[in-house]
Amino acid sequence: MFYREAGQFKTSYNADQAIFTITQDKFFVGAFLLIAFGVVPFFINDYWANAILIHVLVYALAGLGLNILTGYCGQVSLGTGGFMAVGAYASYKLTTSFPELNFIVAILLSGGITACVGVIFGLPSLRIKGFYLAVATLAAQFFLVWLFNKVGWFFNYSPTGMIVSPPREVFGFLVTGPEASPAVRYLFCLSVVTVFALAAKNIVRGRVGRSWMAIRDMDIAAELIGIRPLEAKLTAFAVSSFYVGVAGALYFNVWLGSAEPTEAFDIFQSFFVLFIVIIGGLGSILGSFLGAAFMVLVPITLKTIMVDGMGFAVGAAKHVEVMLLGSLIIFFLIVEPHGLARLWQILKEKLRKWPFPY
Amino acid sequence: MLFFLETVISGLMAGVMYSLVALGFVLIFKASGIFNFAQGVFALFAGLALYDFIAEDGWFYDLFGFALPIWLGIIATMGVMIIVAWLVERLVLRHLVNQEPIILFMSTIGLAYFMEGLGDTLFGSDVKPLDIGLPSGAWDYLLDTHNLYIEKLEIVAAGVAAVLVIVLAIFFQKTRIGRALRAVADDHQAALSVGISLRTIWVIVWSVSGFVALVAGIMWGSKSGIQFSLSLIALKALPVLILGGFTSVPGAIIGGLIIGVGEKVAEVYAGPFVGGAIENWFAYMLALAFLLVRPQGLFGEKIIERV
Repeated sequence: MFYREAGQFKTSYNADQAIFTITQDKFFVGAFLLIAFGVVPFFINDYWANAILIHVLVYALAGLGLNILTGYCGQVSLGTGGFMAVGAYASYKLTTSFPELNFIVAILLSGGITACVGVIFGLPSLRIKGFYLAVATLAAQFFLVWLFNKVGWFFNYSPTGMIVSPPREVFGFLVTGPEASPAVRYLFCLSVVTVFALAAKNIVRGRVGRSWMAIRDMDIAAELIGIRPLEAKLTAFAVSSFYVGVAGALYFNVWLGSAEPTEAFDIFQSFFVLFIVIIGGLGSILGSFLGAAFMVLVPITLKTIMVDGMGFAVGAAKHVEVMLLGSLIIFFLIVEPHGLARLWQILKEKLRKWPFPY
Repeated sequence: MLFFLETVISGLMAGVMYSLVALGFVLIFKASGIFNFAQGVFALFAGLALYDFIAEDGWFYDLFGFALPIWLGIIATMGVMIIVAWLVERLVLRHLVNQEPIILFMSTIGLAYFMEGLGDTLFGSDVKPLDIGLPSGAWDYLLDTHNLYIEKLEIVAAGVAAVLVIVLAIFFQKTRIGRALRAVADDHQAALSVGISLRTIWVIVWSVSGFVALVAGIMWGSKSGIQFSLSLIALKALPVLILGGFTSVPGAIIGGLIIGVGEKVAEVYAGPFVGGAIENWFAYMLALAFLLVRPQGLFGEKIIERV
């Protein structure tokens, strides 16, 4: 009843290939964006921005990046934390070495640097596949974190080894540093993520994205029909790392403000982002957002219920939270291995027929 | 020269410890194609359970007023691991038959989170010294005669690993269950069609790997106490696995030895020039470089692909 496309005729190929083919979808997404851009910034406070909204947005972007690699091109990577570190440190070096550089340019450049690093670590994917590749990307994870921990040049020889984001402005508004207002930081993240999500959606629908999917589904067959695995796999690594790098730059500059490599970019970051992708849905742009929201909100909700609602000690609650998170992950994998995006699709189908049985 | 020898030997011994963990991975991967990330947490969990059975300040002591003797504690822990294996099959694997490997892999990470939280909730998260009477300290004879410093515990670990491999080899080659396990490893469907129950096999193989985890937990626990970082040795075992091949038991041992030695030698001789602590990633780089030459690992089965 709600998702009836009756009466909506498509008269051209372009209309048939549009991102949102149904008016309801257009309306829905439009309304959602309108609220996110136009209403939320007026009501946002520090807690909501830091603990939830920016948190979700940054991880959604990282999830998008990993989804391009794992969901669309089928190359499992456990090096996401390391690549986020590259983005963060690149943006740190750029913003501190060139204070005049526009912050947006700095962020995009750090994405570019991460893409180059990603291509280097993606080279083994031409020889090895599956779990062997996943373990090989762990090399990137451990090596990069070690590098940023040991080489003083990367953290400007600061005695603590921490990097602290300098205050930078975008269009006259402060977006980083402790003085930046939550609304501005939120809007900045939201804009970046929106643009990147739109770009990702279009990349995966185009020639490049289709070649990735061919490689994912069966690389030998893809090779036989004339797709170059070298080109496809390395572009996937490059684009994915670009996204992850930008996410890392936002993560460090806008969300955390200061970071220390062994804590902020450890292996559990990689797992966290991989969980986002799997729970959200492999090969789905929407899935990255749903997955990020799930993985961020569930621990917070569990913690609030247990500590504030049931009076658990914080330490004990942490252990129970880890336990529940683990079982929730297993539960979701069993119920819907294709992720939340698939659940949303099923729901849409149901809404279409509801309240009629057929 | 003597120092070099000492480095190599201590590397070999560290390698044996890695192999113990890697073995558990290989067993499960062979029989079910599942890459069980929770293996390290299994070792932690087994160690924690054992501690609580035999120590004076454990749960068991609180409940019944006496602690179990060590041998009984080990048997009881084995029972716990079998129950865990059965629950894993019952609650997780059974529902995920025929899913993509990555989904199965993620579910074992979920399992790792769960077991870790459960272990912490049940047994507490402080470091527990596990003492089951294994010898510790340096081996005096070698220290006196050749001035070599080798820990007794490491020698014991090497011996235990050797025995374990031999027992496993016999179990796999000579027993009825072992034959069934190998059949399942070769081809799930063919095994099913000749009447082998996949579910039973899975419980058995997870129990066996629980047993390996128990051994690893005892060894690591005696060495450095039972603590959270024990679950991270899974990460140390991964390069061992890709070096040796996911499907090969001897590969796990030899891979472990190569990684152990390579890591120690690199740390001691190359580490100081680049700022130290390269142990963390050296193993991965070594394995990565190796994979570029042999994508299926040292002893892995040749990967044949068809359209």
